[in-house]
Formats: sequence, structure tokens, C-alpha cells
Amino acid sequence: MNFFRADLHIHTVLSPCGDLEMSPGNIVSQSAFKGLDIIGVTDHNTTRHCGLIAQLAEEKGIYVMLGAEVTTKEEVHCLAFFENTDALNRFQDYLDSNLPDIQNDPSIFGEQVQVDENENIIYEEKKLLINAISRSIEETEAFIHWLGGLFIPAHVDKMKNSIYSQLGFLPPDLNADALEISKTADIGDFVKQHSETSRFSLIQNSDAHYPEDIGSAFTAFYINEPSFAEIRMALKGENERKIVLS
Amino acid sequence: MKITDIIKGLNLKVISGQNGLSNEITGGYVSDLLSDVMGNAKEGQIWITLQTHQNIIAVGSLKDIAAIIIVKGFVPEADTIEKSNVENIPVLSTDLDTFTIAGRLYDLLR
Repeated sequence: MNFFRADLHIHTVLSPCGDLEMSPGNIVSQSAFKGLDIIGVTDHNTTRHCGLIAQLAEEKGIYVMLGAEVTTKEEVHCLAFFENTDALNRFQDYLDSNLPDIQNDPSIFGEQVQVDENENIIYEEKKLLINAISRSIEETEAFIHWLGGLFIPAHVDKMKNSIYSQLGFLPPDLNADALEISKTADIGDFVKQHSETSRFSLIQNSDAHYPEDIGSAFTAFYINEPSFAEIRMALKGENERKIVLS
Repeated sequence: MKITDIIKGLNLKVISGQNGLSNEITGGYVSDLLSDVMGNAKEGQIWITLQTHQNIIAVGSLKDIAAIIIVKGFVPEADTIEKSNVENIPVLSTDLDTFTIAGRLYDLLR
């Protein structure tokens, strides 16, 4: 087994807040440049850039966790990851049917465009992606797990769009596969202040919106090889797999 | 004033927590941020919110809230109802929005 560097929270140009330079091609070359072995594609409430990034990353030997950063009804941001495109597409359908039909205004929120490998725009998402879906955090968690996915509340230490900011405290029976703390969080302080999180693995990622931010925080996975099953085992601390924060 | 008087006066629907309906009301509090309610709500207040997550019952219990009014006809989650019955904190519902129901409650308590 070996250590593999993972940055599991990266936005693309499809997120309204994602920089226009965050094309699939740029993300993959920047990830390779930063020495990442595993990246997570987590746009706000959409999965539409995962396929192309996975395809481009494969050529560079980078493993891609297909996913999204979903905003639950309570406006809690949560990372969701899926093992294959079939599950990912079913989650996309779930997002499409549960995201309110409110249009994006690019001049206020930013562009929501999907591009091809040559950076040509091939799709524009009209619905505002930073909205909350109409499903509760527990409903969302249950659906992600029903699809065999991983459910990880994002940047839980932040006082904005986190489980703590929105719900006051960690729901005691929360069925999460890990918790993400933001890249500026001090892990020692966090664990001291939140002993209730000790039953979860903590991961740290960049939450990159700009190319230069990719890999600015990462989590090291001690696993056999980069794969969904190995990553899941490491998050659960099973079979000697583990994670180490940078 | 008792919760039952508030229910009549504001035409609220009782969703759960029937055993807490004899609670006495000392005032009202309006907030959708649970950390704010934990910090600022007072014992015996009736709390108006759009949140439906089970954590509202824990917060209500912690602060000895008399009852919770959920606005705009939102339906609480099943585990919220269950915990409300265990903690005897009534969850009440109105189709009105927060501004309107808070105004009417203020009038009623004045």
C-alpha cells in the first residue's frame, strides 16, 4: 500500500463562482502539476463536468471521484461521490428534479457553462446552481447512499453553508462517511472543540475555484490503489487503509 | 397566555407535541438560525421559524421553548414530529409567512 494525494473538492467553470479558467483541461493539467493522484469534481448541484474531467485525467494517470457539492434544503453544503456514471447520472436526475426553477443571472452570480476539451462552450445551465434543492439533509444522504455513494458534509467548520452554521450542531444520528473541514481550519483546534466528530474521518481539501488553488490543501489516502472502493475503506479506516491530513 | 389560546387566536394547526399544549407563553422569538436561537431565545417563548429539521426540537428543548410555529405550510420531517412528541414541545403550523404570523402573534400578546 501507498500514500496517494487527494484533493476532493474542486469546482469547475460550470459553478457560477468557478473561475472561467477552471475548464476540465486546465483542472487536469493543474492537478498533474500539483502532483495530485486523486481529484474530486464537485460543482454546485451539478455533475455535468465529471465525465470529461475523468476522461482527460485518465490520460495523466489521475483518478477522478465523480461527484457534486449538493446544497440541501437547510442550505448545508455536502459532497457526494459515486462509483460509476450510472449512479452519477441518476444523481444528476435527482438534482434536476429537486433544484428550483429559478434562472441564473450571470452578471450577478457568474457564468454556468460546460465546455469541451477545446474550451468551446457546449452547454449553459440556465437554472441557478447555488440554490438549495428541495430535499432535507437526511433525504439527500439516504438517496446518495441508496445509489452506493459517499456522503460528506462540506467545510463543517465554516460559519456559512455548513452543518454547524445551518443546523446549530451535528445531528446525533447523522449517517456521514466523513466530514470535510476547510483548508484554513486547524485540525487540532477543531477536534478539541468538536469531540462529537471523533466518530468520523476528517478530510481537508482546497475547495478550489481558481486553478492556482487546486491542491492547496489535500488529504493523503493510504490505500492499495486509487479506486472508489479503496477510498471508501480508507474513510472508514478498514483493512489498514487510513487517511492522513497534510 | 396558554398555547391553546394562541392556537385559537392565530388559527394554527397542531402537528405534534400535544402533551405540551398547556405550556404558558411568555413571549415570542423569530429566527431561522439555530445557533442564534440557542444564544438568544428565552424560556417560555413561542418560536417562529421555517426550519423543519429535527434539530429544532433539540434547540427548543435546550432553551425550554414553549412551542414552535412552522411557517408557510412547510411540513416537518418525520423524526422532527417524533422528537416533538418525546420532548412535549408542540409543533404548530401556519400557511402564513413569518412576517404576517409574527405580526399577528405580537398583536395577540400585547
